[in-house]
Amino acid sequence: MSEPFVTRSDILSWGRVVRAPQRVATPRFRDELDKLLGAANGASLLPIGLRRSYGDSCLNDTGDLIDMSRVDRFIAFDPAQGILRAEAGTSFSEILRLIVPHGWFLPVTPGTRFVTLGGAIANDVHGKNHHRAGTFGRHVRALGLLRSDRGHLTLTPESDAALFASTIGGLGLTGIIEWAEIALVKTDSSSLEVETIPFENLDAFWSLADASTEKFEHTVAWVDCLSRGESLGRGIFSRGNWTPYGFHDAHDDKTWKRVVADAPEFLLNPLSIGAFNELYYRLHAGRPHTKLQHYVPFFYPLDAIHGWNRLYGRSGLLQYQCLVPRATEREAIRALLEEIAKEGQASFLAVLKTFGDVPASGLFSFPRAGTTLALDFPNRGAATLALLTRLDAIVRDAGGALYPAKDGRISREMFRLSFPRWQEFEKDPAMSSDFWRRVSA
Amino acid sequence: MSGASTEIAVAPVTPLRIIILGATSAIAEATARLWAPGGARILLAGRNEARLNEIASDLKARGAAEAIDWPLDCASANASAELGKMVDRLGGLDILLLAYGVLGEQAELERDPAAAARLITTNFSSAAAWCLAATAVLEKQGAGTLLVIGSVAGDRGRRSNFIYGATKGGLALLVEGIAHKLAPLGARAVIIKPGFVDTPMTAAIANKGPLWAKPEAIAASIVRAGEKGGPEIYAPGFWRGIMIVIRNLPVAIFNKINI
Repeated sequence: MSEPFVTRSDILSWGRVVRAPQRVATPRFRDELDKLLGAANGASLLPIGLRRSYGDSCLNDTGDLIDMSRVDRFIAFDPAQGILRAEAGTSFSEILRLIVPHGWFLPVTPGTRFVTLGGAIANDVHGKNHHRAGTFGRHVRALGLLRSDRGHLTLTPESDAALFASTIGGLGLTGIIEWAEIALVKTDSSSLEVETIPFENLDAFWSLADASTEKFEHTVAWVDCLSRGESLGRGIFSRGNWTPYGFHDAHDDKTWKRVVADAPEFLLNPLSIGAFNELYYRLHAGRPHTKLQHYVPFFYPLDAIHGWNRLYGRSGLLQYQCLVPRATEREAIRALLEEIAKEGQASFLAVLKTFGDVPASGLFSFPRAGTTLALDFPNRGAATLALLTRLDAIVRDAGGALYPAKDGRISREMFRLSFPRWQEFEKDPAMSSDFWRRVSA
Repeated sequence: MSGASTEIAVAPVTPLRIIILGATSAIAEATARLWAPGGARILLAGRNEARLNEIASDLKARGAAEAIDWPLDCASANASAELGKMVDRLGGLDILLLAYGVLGEQAELERDPAAAARLITTNFSSAAAWCLAATAVLEKQGAGTLLVIGSVAGDRGRRSNFIYGATKGGLALLVEGIAHKLAPLGARAVIIKPGFVDTPMTAAIANKGPLWAKPEAIAASIVRAGEKGGPEIYAPGFWRGIMIVIRNLPVAIFNKINI
């Protein structure tokens, strides 16, 4: 075959803001990776997965990308012990289809199942069960890493603790993750018993959160970020546990709805977003209720609309996810919501979740004890960026952190404040990304 | 017959016995992944043993009762003898999928007759030998299906790839004849004609439009072809309409368009 890297203009991150063409190779087998390391001719490299990172941590416009999503085989599955070894490009969706009928589930999952195993490790993802299970990286028993300077390595948390801690949450910058072995969790069924509880303001959120983490494995809250005054921070709390009903039904991806074109941008204005928030709150605000839910609508509500990011139009969206530590969380979350409500630059999706104390394994792992707020804003250029900079200041004063997987804009200083151990990072000399060039410059 | 026959007779479900030639190809692997959960026994023939091994482990995890590596250069093997060994190993044959082939570069093939001859040997001559060997097995069994991956490029000679197209067109005619021969005997043959597919074979083509399909979509068509239908299917199905138009364009118009 000819030149393995092809220049493509259809490779975007999930936020679809950065639109530079990217040079991409798409290997199918692990034995092609060595050759790709050699073929880069001094250009920097970055392995990528299904590109659900929002900003520019999965882009490399002055270098080359290695799209790992076709290196996606199961290597070994032990249905008795719940141990799975798979290639890095295997998606969570494929993993679930394999393991759920055997009574197993992913130990930790983000809000989309269209992420790869390698990407989940490289971003050390978290889920609604963070207060119990910590981050995904804690459940990685071993991984295969190909370094440009050290060749093929097998890492465990014990074998090379420093490089392991760099690779978990390492944004693909420590080498190419070739495969990983993870420990699954046993579940009694494939459904959860889910309680949905409206809360009228932030104080009510804190008491619900405090009351829920002990008894519920999964907790999360949606917040109407346009409400102000007395009802600042009103929203819908959702908490659930696996039911013991005994069905183990995997999902079927055939029923997706697909967004085939970019939505016109006039659909997204403060009025329509405000109306959506109001409607969403009222739909759920009637009274608390409990229902049985399959894992797909509970964990992956947005996956039902394939390509939902295109609803934000051609300009894309800017996601903002921050964390504020326990000591300052109450004042900081209030300040953040006040700033957003004042601005009127509404977000459809505002999610609040309290993180537990389970320490993360990676140097650049985002979660730590405290509360995280995630928002997405239609990209309106300078006005949106200015708002996010004001949010940065609140997060910085609170001693908080920003999430690299969601970012496309933070400064070097903010990155270093977020990840104070950055100097210990063992980057692969051949790897880089748009994100990395900004935060390391 | 036992006198106390109160138990309900359950017809034994025999796992499908499948041979895949060119098993490391993207379309072949995607198809095998659909067959595996049904507990199929799959023999994987291809040149790269390490890759066959990786695919076999994956298929076993997905539920294949057996996945057998069979390192082999299909283009130069003695088809009849080799197929005999394969069928013996499986104890019969339900499906043979012929999935290997090379695309080549038209300009280079026109310059270099040796390269053209190699492509014709791989895509047509060797493939024909396998098809004939498989026909003999299916004829003897009075059951089973031969599935061959052709191409819409075989439907009409076009300046951009008529050498590749000729091999696929020849293969289509051969499979059509085999299907005709097998029909009264209870066996089947199907030529599957994919359109544009996003595989390593076409990796150099940068921006792929709405006509491009993923290997998984072609795989679904192949699995259906293994169950019923034939002797010719387009994958995805909309290519049937497109090719009716292309085949029926008058020469005066056809010669003016660059496709």
